Amino acid sequence: MTGPGTDPRAATAGSPPPPTRRGTELLLLGFAVVITLVAQSIVDLTMTGSLTTELATFGTWFAGLWLVAHLVVRRLAPYADPLLLPCIAVLSGLGLVMIHRLDLSGNTVGASATGEDAPVQLLWATVGLVLFIAVLLVVRDHRVLARFAYTLALVGLVLLAIPAVLPASISEVYGAKLWIRVAGFSIQPGEFAKICLIVFFAAYLVDKRDVLALASRKVAGLELPRGRDLGPVLLAWVASILVLVFERDLGSSLLLFGIFVVMIYIATERASWLFIGLLLFAGGAFIAYQAFGHVRVRVDTWLDPFAYADEGGYQIVQSLFSLGTGGLFGAGLGGGRPDQVPVAKSDFIAAAIGEELGLFGLVAMIVIYLVLVERGLRTSLVVRDGFGKLLAAGLAFAVAWQVFVVLGGVTGLLPLTGLTTPFVAYGGSSLVANFGLVALLVRISDAARRPAAPPAPTPAKLTDAPTEVVGP
Amino acid sequence: MTSEIVLQAFRFGFLALLWLFIFAAFRVVRADLFGGRPGRVASVPPRAAVGRKRGSRGPRHLVVTAGPLSGTRITLGEQAILVGRADDSTLVLTDDFASSRHARLTNRGGQWYVEDLGSTNGTYLDQQRVQGPLLVGTGQPIRIGQTVLELRS
Repeated sequence: MTGPGTDPRAATAGSPPPPTRRGTELLLLGFAVVITLVAQSIVDLTMTGSLTTELATFGTWFAGLWLVAHLVVRRLAPYADPLLLPCIAVLSGLGLVMIHRLDLSGNTVGASATGEDAPVQLLWATVGLVLFIAVLLVVRDHRVLARFAYTLALVGLVLLAIPAVLPASISEVYGAKLWIRVAGFSIQPGEFAKICLIVFFAAYLVDKRDVLALASRKVAGLELPRGRDLGPVLLAWVASILVLVFERDLGSSLLLFGIFVVMIYIATERASWLFIGLLLFAGGAFIAYQAFGHVRVRVDTWLDPFAYADEGGYQIVQSLFSLGTGGLFGAGLGGGRPDQVPVAKSDFIAAAIGEELGLFGLVAMIVIYLVLVERGLRTSLVVRDGFGKLLAAGLAFAVAWQVFVVLGGVTGLLPLTGLTTPFVAYGGSSLVANFGLVALLVRISDAARRPAAPPAPTPAKLTDAPTEVVGP
Repeated sequence: MTSEIVLQAFRFGFLALLWLFIFAAFRVVRADLFGGRPGRVASVPPRAAVGRKRGSRGPRHLVVTAGPLSGTRITLGEQAILVGRADDSTLVLTDDFASSRHARLTNRGGQWYVEDLGSTNGTYLDQQRVQGPLLVGTGQPIRIGQTVLELRS
């Protein structure tokens, strides 16, 4: 029906074809590129007093990136949502500018030999674009993914487990064992595992939602599921705990469990799953706090960062100072000292943005995420098949949840986690994986907004033919 | 002095630019909500409903018009209706040609959609095999094995 290859124009005989809104997308992408270039120029002017030819190179590359992305979408997913690409363009542009700005003040994470991380990040964005195109090329119809659900689940679990079994010298950075570091590159396989697992959750839950929605008895207005249906959620819980134990990564653990609980809630429309999830989370959090030192450090520094300002709380204290210095309107790009925050490029890029652009700038960034998530959820509402609905909702929620957890950590609302701000923070795996995530959303939104093809004409003589029997 | 003014202009100018982008994005969101509505649903015009004013009242019953359960009537609510041989289906079929979880009828905003749940022999709406969710009009026959269902208002 809505499969690729059906000519959309044939669908609307008589009425004008619905707008594809690709023009709007191009316009907004242009706007996003302008914003990025303006920001980059301000940084250069403020910090070095002159504009360099590097700006032109950066501008051409960055603009070319999004032009290619736009042309690919125009060709492969003409009815896709027009806001998805511009949102990630502005976010990644902001990130690149901020990383460049931190390069200039000499705060490097030391990934490249020249000590400059912005060109590396731009390279990763290009790799991300390649994945974006590849996903759109390979996945012509998102429903096909449901057939590979169990394969993808296996791939996801293997990716998730790899760093845990590798020796610490390869997989450990700052105490968290979630990396593969080979020949100067570091990859965080968990970022890709996230997407594989969301696809699996969507396919699995669409299949089983009728069973999972069955209620056994009502307690205080909540329809509780049957005891034997608790299996999947317990399994997800155990998996999250295992990630926490073996990779010492609070972030991925929280991310995966949150996504699963919310997807099961969306699939079954039963609020009781949220309460069961919260209970399990509370239990897991209590056990983790008692049993693992690194979790206790995180929680203690969260409760009172200033008491530990010289040790574990140093990062969060610097981050809070950074945000406080920024105030409402920020210090201006290049005007603050965000390099005072440790790992400002990756984990604390939100603090750097908060310092230089202020509350108004940080909220602008959050609102852009909000638009991205809203488009994902809207896609989920409009698309007609259950798998697509659940997948789009899961992907959109994953972005929202990750942003919430990261910003909560940076602002001191939640304990600090190792998650990255999607599209903005320095880090190849996160950027590339999130490009793939948005490619899936683009694919689903194309299916959702594509006008329906007319029903296939049926020969009249079949009018009263009985249902055909195809095998047992 | 001038450089200080320029810096302040940069500072507020860039924030204004950022929010202008958000404003532009919101305009697109708005146009999507209230303007021309893409993503319309495929609908085969229902036979019985031709010439009748649409949208006055949705269907209220699901009636079995052919097959062993002929005459059975289910009152429609908000809940989805599951059709199949499984015991927990809303309409339990005793039909060798039906799968245990055969089809689902869901209510979305007052309109009913039929969806095949991967059955062996398929679900047919007006002789059209149901691949993805399809809008069901009042009086349109849904054929599952030997059973035929219809929505009635």
